[in-house]
Amino acid sequence: MSALAAPTDASSVIASTHGLSKTFPKADKPALAPLDIQVRGGGVTGLVGPDGAGKTTLMRLFAGLLAPTSGSIRILGKDPLRDADTLRGSIGYMPQKFGLYEDLTVRENLDLYADLKGLRGDARRDAFESLLTFTDLKRFTDRAAGKLSGGMKQKLGLACTLLGTPKLLLLDEPGVGVDPISRRELWRMVGELLSQGIAVVWSTAYLDEAEACDSVVLLNAGKVLFAGAPRELNANTRGRVFCLKDFDGSARGALKQARRDPASMDGVVQGHAVRLLERKDARLDVTRYGLGTQARLEPAAPRFEDSFIDLLGGVPVVDSRLAKVIPERPRDDAVVIATTGLTKKFGDFVAADHIDIEVRRGEVFGLLGPNGAGKSTTFKMLCGLLAPTSGEARVAGVDLRRSRSEARQRLGYMAQKFSLYGDLSVHDNLEFFAGAYGMTGKAVTQAIERMLEIFELRGVRHTATQELPLGFKQRLSLAAALLHGPEILFLDEPTSGVDPVTRREFWTHINGVVERGVTVLVTTHFMDEAEYCDRLTLISRGRQIASGTPDEVKERAATADIPDPTMEDAFIALVAGDTA
Amino acid sequence: MMPQRLRRIVTLCRKESVQIIRDPSTLLIALVFPAVLMFIFAYGINFDAGAVRLGIVLEDESPAARRFAETYAQSPYFHVTFGHDEHAMADLLRAEQVRGFIVVRGDFARRLERPGDTPTVQLVTDGAEPNTASFVAGYVRGAYAIWRREEAIASGRVMPAGLTLEERYWFNPSTVSRNFLLPGSVTIIMTVIGALLTSMVVAREWERGTMEALLAAGVTRLELLLFKLVPYFCLGMLSFSLCVGLTVGVFDVPFRGSYLTLYLVASTFLLSALGLGLLISTATRNQFNAAQAALNAAFLPAMMLSGFVFEIASMPAPVRAFTRIIPARYFVTAMQTLFQAGDVWSVLGRSLAGLAFAAAFFLGMTFLITRRRLE
Amino acid sequence: MSPGLIRAKALIKKEMKAVLRDPQSRRMLIGPVILQLVLFPAAATREVKNNTLAVFDEDGGAVSAEILQRLTQTPAFSRVVRVGSDAEARELIDRQDAIAVLRFGPRFSASVAEGNPEPVQALLDGRRSSAAQVAASYVGEVLAGIPLRQRSSPPETSGLAIRHWFNPNLEYFRFIVPSLVAIITTSSALIVTAMSVSREREQGTLEQLLVSPLTPSLIFFGKAVPALFIAAAQATIILCGGVFIYAIPFQGSLALLYLCMIAYVAALAGVGLLISSFSATQQQAFLGTFCFVMPAILISGYISPVDNMPRWLQIVAQANPLLHFIVIVKGLFLKAAPFPEFASHVGALLIIACLSTAVALAVFRRRLA
Repeated sequence: MSALAAPTDASSVIASTHGLSKTFPKADKPALAPLDIQVRGGGVTGLVGPDGAGKTTLMRLFAGLLAPTSGSIRILGKDPLRDADTLRGSIGYMPQKFGLYEDLTVRENLDLYADLKGLRGDARRDAFESLLTFTDLKRFTDRAAGKLSGGMKQKLGLACTLLGTPKLLLLDEPGVGVDPISRRELWRMVGELLSQGIAVVWSTAYLDEAEACDSVVLLNAGKVLFAGAPRELNANTRGRVFCLKDFDGSARGALKQARRDPASMDGVVQGHAVRLLERKDARLDVTRYGLGTQARLEPAAPRFEDSFIDLLGGVPVVDSRLAKVIPERPRDDAVVIATTGLTKKFGDFVAADHIDIEVRRGEVFGLLGPNGAGKSTTFKMLCGLLAPTSGEARVAGVDLRRSRSEARQRLGYMAQKFSLYGDLSVHDNLEFFAGAYGMTGKAVTQAIERMLEIFELRGVRHTATQELPLGFKQRLSLAAALLHGPEILFLDEPTSGVDPVTRREFWTHINGVVERGVTVLVTTHFMDEAEYCDRLTLISRGRQIASGTPDEVKERAATADIPDPTMEDAFIALVAGDTA
Repeated sequence: MMPQRLRRIVTLCRKESVQIIRDPSTLLIALVFPAVLMFIFAYGINFDAGAVRLGIVLEDESPAARRFAETYAQSPYFHVTFGHDEHAMADLLRAEQVRGFIVVRGDFARRLERPGDTPTVQLVTDGAEPNTASFVAGYVRGAYAIWRREEAIASGRVMPAGLTLEERYWFNPSTVSRNFLLPGSVTIIMTVIGALLTSMVVAREWERGTMEALLAAGVTRLELLLFKLVPYFCLGMLSFSLCVGLTVGVFDVPFRGSYLTLYLVASTFLLSALGLGLLISTATRNQFNAAQAALNAAFLPAMMLSGFVFEIASMPAPVRAFTRIIPARYFVTAMQTLFQAGDVWSVLGRSLAGLAFAAAFFLGMTFLITRRRLE
Repeated sequence: MSPGLIRAKALIKKEMKAVLRDPQSRRMLIGPVILQLVLFPAAATREVKNNTLAVFDEDGGAVSAEILQRLTQTPAFSRVVRVGSDAEARELIDRQDAIAVLRFGPRFSASVAEGNPEPVQALLDGRRSSAAQVAASYVGEVLAGIPLRQRSSPPETSGLAIRHWFNPNLEYFRFIVPSLVAIITTSSALIVTAMSVSREREQGTLEQLLVSPLTPSLIFFGKAVPALFIAAAQATIILCGGVFIYAIPFQGSLALLYLCMIAYVAALAGVGLLISSFSATQQQAFLGTFCFVMPAILISGYISPVDNMPRWLQIVAQANPLLHFIVIVKGLFLKAAPFPEFASHVGALLIIACLSTAVALAVFRRRLA
């Protein structure tokens, strides 16, 4: 993250809440409990917390789109609801799903919001000039917004929000579904604005972003768990963060063993090491993990992420019970997914250019790349949703485009966008997919009950899925994909927008099924997740620019400056090298 | 403050118009579909029965009976199918191969000869198609009367003179049903365009998340209403002009009113139709329901209860009362008057008042239930 | 059960839930049916009733008085207004305050007495030419029935006996109710099929279906069956209303009607799927559905008889499933028609179903490529 050298001491309070609470009609619990927070100018206030914590509700209250149940909000000394007309130009709000008109061009979208904010004449010309340069969208002014990549859409959304130079900028998860490069760019752009003294509220699921904020507000179930500088929080976890190193076997296996230690609150794979968080009242005992005599714990500097998990009480799911219900696949090392010269052209544009991958049984294979690089195209061709222009994709020995339904029976699929039936309940969705995969009678009920239990969805069994928080939706999607015990699992950005705790659980489950010999093909924008892959390939501009194990890929990006790059560093360096 | 507000509305309207132009399905519905419908109304809907398919069962083969049958066979009003078996003919009637049949009994010639006696001729019609059945009955009655007169003349008897009616039709002397159907059909088309096009446009902004961004940019309820109204109003008036052009220019329906009045009435009606569509769109949150509602609240009532196809005066009192809340009713009356009678203000005034009230009601309701906030 | 059947069953169940789970959708499927059942048969009549008749009687004799007396007894004219001049009469018609003006000339009585009655003049509102023509025929019938005392010979009795089968009093609702069975089910069945596929496309669930073992033809089947259930339910409501409220006895075989409904809904589903395979969004599917439903109703024989259409349009109308189904329902409801008499219409429905489904499948598969 770029360093932010904004003088926080000289800043003034731009927005504040006083005893603010919000309870939605028909809800039994308040979405926000009485809340007193302050947002200062010249800095970024990070808003973090698990799904359903109330982040979006707070944003909407600030934007004057919701009325508080009690308490008040002051923005620049005014009330966002009563003084909506005078505040209009002072607040820039970018909703989570920013409403770009996809059938309008970049220019037309900008024009619309410029007019709505009353921006005219020279001021408007200058603003367009600087924003288009700033967002690097100049080349695309005549392109329909719907044809932009995810990252470019977010940049355009930000540009529209920034028109009229707001004093308070409200950004609701601008990084969701955006690749690391675009995310860094967004962050850099916002950083540049701070010098003008504006206040930014940035809600995020990326805790490295939160760590770079001047102050953070950590919400959970509508309550503030922490408010202050992120560094302050790290005091809580100092001395309790370790790196497990020099163990025998895979990092994934080591993580599993370590997490079984009741003293561990959290664990993630980090290259050849496993990062562990120790409980306050217990000690990690590396000797009991059975990872060989060399295995040792090395103290590490706490990060905001560790403190976040700590405040939320750790990650409860240690072991995936999925491993017990998924049928065991033979360890035959067979090639399960293979492509040769897989190419897709849309007119002159080559979306995927001779992609060659080979995935063996029981492997987790990652497909990484910036937005619009051709990951989704490749993914769709593999699933048989898109016909390749040339080349071939074989899954479980067959071409899915020509195969009969028996072949598709063997795979599970989780789409990038939530794509279960929003108007049906959790149970009905699972029941449908059970039937669609040919399950009948008792097997259906059993499988559904098992999934509801494993994914902790029992409480929402009769809720329409469109009303669920994102984390629940993603869990349900995974449950639906696994219901019929597939031997191959396709996961397209499964953790996009999901909070860190849920992401950990997700990967515990994925690791659980991999143990049973299930093959997983995954795309992700979380570079820490790429560490879970056995092998991965990095796609940029339709071509594979690097392939191999995570360590091999990182090695390729190592330079004198950064001898031991993180996955994210490697990603950025490799993609930058390709596009340069 | 005012010019700024105006500029915002103009901007939003421009955005909506660009979206309309970029979606081929909208243009198809607004410009091609009306033309297709006009042709269907001009050729497909006709209440004046042409030649009807009539069966004649001749149980009597005598020259007298044949002469009787010839009256029908030679009439331009009938396509005659001859038969000898009443049951076979009944099957044809049931299968809608003939719309009615006449049975000439075996004793036809004998009874005709006998003084003071009249042979019985039976006409059976297909009552399942009441409109056609009454036409068949009327035509057969007329042809029968002609036959009787000819028989009387042939036999030298004098037919007594009866009372007759001399009909003259004001406005539409040749009673071409097209002359009243086409102006009326414009109503249906305008209802469809007004209500259908707008019935989904608000729900769509919510579904795609653009509404939240607009609201955050401070768009007010009035602005929301106006920018959804104005572009579709212009589009609607465009298709209205197309319909009127076709009616007058291609189908030669005379127009006796003034175009100024025509456009005044049409704009008021269009506002009410757009208002209904926007109300549906605002009140329903999913597109499936919006579709069902638009079909059931706009099209079918306009078709059935506007007086365009079925006479309102003939309906039972409660249904008559119900038609008063259907804007299409007022527009049908106004259109038929304007086209065939001219600017008859006593009729147009009432219609205009009804339409203005409907427009105000639907738009007002839409304004009231439009939410400015996200709850 | 075969795996295909299990999958289809799951899809059908899901589809039914999706339609019926939302209370607003449920109301949308049933409410209009009830409303139309109550309103339309009452509204749809070709009879002319409750009109005002203006009379300009320059004669004032006994015959015209008798004629007026008889006219007011017919349901066609509920009110008779006397006017004193032509101008006044025209004014009434202009304002649509009267449908017709009858004018008895000053010599009317005298001419009747001479045995050579002069015609009664009628000025009618041509704006409503259809109704006016019917009104004129009522007046004509009344005039024909007036006994003229000065007659030289006794009137001959007419030998023409008219019987209207299936509907002796030519009540319009007996025609409307069976047609409604077809009309109302049409729009729901089409919307359910056409919009559900594009909804899946719009919401991204279609991809989820396509990577599952469900094949496109199975998906189509799963979309068509719920339409059948909904259509059958709606049709049952109208049938019950027709039999119990409007007291129209159901003459034919009920089982046969439901069997034919399968053919009809198959045809509709084919058309619905065809529309959906061309549309990218629900809005487009809806507009497409409408572009089909409206002309289909217009040339179905419901609004005006197919016989009155020009030949070329009658041929085009053969592709309209609604036309065939209305003939079938009327045949079974009112005429107790045996199957062979409408077998050709069922055949037509099946052909429409096969053709449209085949094209829809081809388009659907092509779009996936």
